[in-house]
Amino acid sequence: MKFTWFNLMPWPYLPDDFREKHRSVWVDIDSKLFDPVKSHEVYNTYLDLLEYAATLGFDAIGANEHHQNGYGLMPSPNLIAAALARRTEDIALLVLGASIALYNPPLRVAEEFAMLDCITGGRLVAGFPVGTSMDTNYCYGQIPALTREKYREAHELIMRAWHEREPFAFNGRYNKLRYVNIWPRPIQQPHPPIHIPGGGSIETYDFCIDNTYSYSYLSFTGYLRAKMLMQGYWDRVAERNADPSPYRAGFAQTICVADTDAEAEQLYSEHVNYFYNRCLHVYPGFADAPGYRTIKTIQKGALSQYAPLSGFANLTWKDLVEGGHIIAGSPETVRQRMEDLIKSLHVGHVFCLLHVGNMTKEKCMYSTKLFAEKVMPKLRNIFPEHADDNRFWCKPLAKRVRAGSLPVEPELRELAFKDA
Amino acid sequence: MEFKTIQTAHVPVCYFESGKGEPLVYLHGAGGVELDEAFLNTLAQNFHVYAPLLPGYGDSDECAELRDMLDFTLHTWDVIDALGIQDPILVGFSMGGMIAAEMAAVAPHDVSRLVLISPAGLWLDDHPIADVFSMLPFELPKYLFHDEEAGANAIGANVELTDPAFLQIFLVRNARQLGAAGKILFPIPERGLAGRLYRIRARTLLIWGESDKLIPPIYADAFRKAIPDAELVLVPEAGHMVAFEQTSAVADAILRVGPRGEATMAAEVTARV
Repeated sequence: MKFTWFNLMPWPYLPDDFREKHRSVWVDIDSKLFDPVKSHEVYNTYLDLLEYAATLGFDAIGANEHHQNGYGLMPSPNLIAAALARRTEDIALLVLGASIALYNPPLRVAEEFAMLDCITGGRLVAGFPVGTSMDTNYCYGQIPALTREKYREAHELIMRAWHEREPFAFNGRYNKLRYVNIWPRPIQQPHPPIHIPGGGSIETYDFCIDNTYSYSYLSFTGYLRAKMLMQGYWDRVAERNADPSPYRAGFAQTICVADTDAEAEQLYSEHVNYFYNRCLHVYPGFADAPGYRTIKTIQKGALSQYAPLSGFANLTWKDLVEGGHIIAGSPETVRQRMEDLIKSLHVGHVFCLLHVGNMTKEKCMYSTKLFAEKVMPKLRNIFPEHADDNRFWCKPLAKRVRAGSLPVEPELRELAFKDA
Repeated sequence: MEFKTIQTAHVPVCYFESGKGEPLVYLHGAGGVELDEAFLNTLAQNFHVYAPLLPGYGDSDECAELRDMLDFTLHTWDVIDALGIQDPILVGFSMGGMIAAEMAAVAPHDVSRLVLISPAGLWLDDHPIADVFSMLPFELPKYLFHDEEAGANAIGANVELTDPAFLQIFLVRNARQLGAAGKILFPIPERGLAGRLYRIRARTLLIWGESDKLIPPIYADAFRKAIPDAELVLVPEAGHMVAFEQTSAVADAILRVGPRGEATMAAEVTARV
């Protein structure tokens, strides 16, 4: 099993009456709610928490990309990953991911991922989301019906840039480049492992199977509701005669751990409530720009989790725990439900959302530490038969340099003349 | 409404056909032709009316090959060629007006008269056009109609989106129609038309609902500046859906546009003054 510690980086100061007074946490969120001075501490605390998680035995720490979004302060996940690259030594950095259709040219992503891979010594796990409709269409202005075509072209360009060793001309519909020749290039050859967040379309299942990418489902509605979608993926894997390694798939889950179930509710319910009832208060008109989702996908019933039907409306702790949106409770309760999640979805990657809403750093550290020490070790060997499958994880250099390896100052003159 | 089908270079396209007389091609708005039936039938009393549905609308197949403004413009000329029509009166509403204006700019000698009914295609920073793509059904009437209540009933704006069966139909229809429309209207309904309007030679009539809140009548001034001889008819008690709300007033205005090259009454009056 691979466990990634994740923080969506929510803005923790949305007012109590946010739901009543504001129509959306995303796209047209009231910019007056953002306080740059307060964000200084928020960002640094969140980075500290990621670095803290890196000391506890997680396999990776993660960053993702959202725009104009009150629950995601990472318009550029690569900046966060770069900050973490220098402050961590062994842990993988999972960027899930950079929305490749949004960059002009998308080579920028190929270059930045290569930089991250070089700086970290091959610790990068990369992700290529299409991006939500809110981010991609409403915030970044991509034409919905052309978004997927542009995404596919961006993917082709990046892959060719990573694979080919001679400058080449790329005559795409959206990108016309005479000299593609990226510099630097990634340490992991031909490229870092790729994870693809998906929302239930067959096209994305096939895309992952064809390219040996890991398929991840990043939902906030929990594993019980995810079963149908993930089963669709595994059925497709079987149909295509691909091996059923659980590392072909990942799932994001909100997790809260305390000493007892009652204590978990006492400690975390206000923060979970903040996340589900304020952070996910998205105006349904932004959920799915017409043309963003393919007709086939809509007909299959795979709607946006922000669509009117499935929108989040005033859920209580009990609703959220029983509905499986969150896994919360004592280490034993959480272990049981996590085991159920991992086995029922057959996922080798879990993206653990252990910071929730406006949680304080102390509570986040407490929950994280309990999970790392009392839950994670017991979940490690659920798929022993696939333990050797390293196709979907990074392969760092054996010998890596550390930050802070400059010579000490008094010896500078002597060292400077060493090779003179 | 009954539709026939004609093959084009890319996909088969459905079209409505009725009436006798000079050929008049009507290009619908982003909502399709659902509210246009009475208007088209009124026009058919004096013209041979053709109303093709853009790919993605009604039973017209979707067409991935249509991506940008030029594709939409040439596709619609392809439809007219396939129908064997020459020198049509081109009438376009909203998105259809944007396409009609492009067609008349691209092929200025092939359009007999041009009628733009609350057309899209221009953008004024001080008067931004509302984002219809993010609107839920209940939000549309106030932008589309003078009589909001009647309009809401006409488009079924007060449906409950919590019924999964309905939601799916609604989303599929939106994905097909507005997905196609989005290629030229999303996120800003402007694709450089302003720079090409000078090419239009056809006698041009602009028709606008006085209380249009989607593309307010100030846009009529912008069109008139770019097409100096264009005549404007402002229709009272009508919103964006002017041909639906004031069907006969709009049809009468179109009937009054004289044949090619002949000055209309309004233009004559202006000239004498």
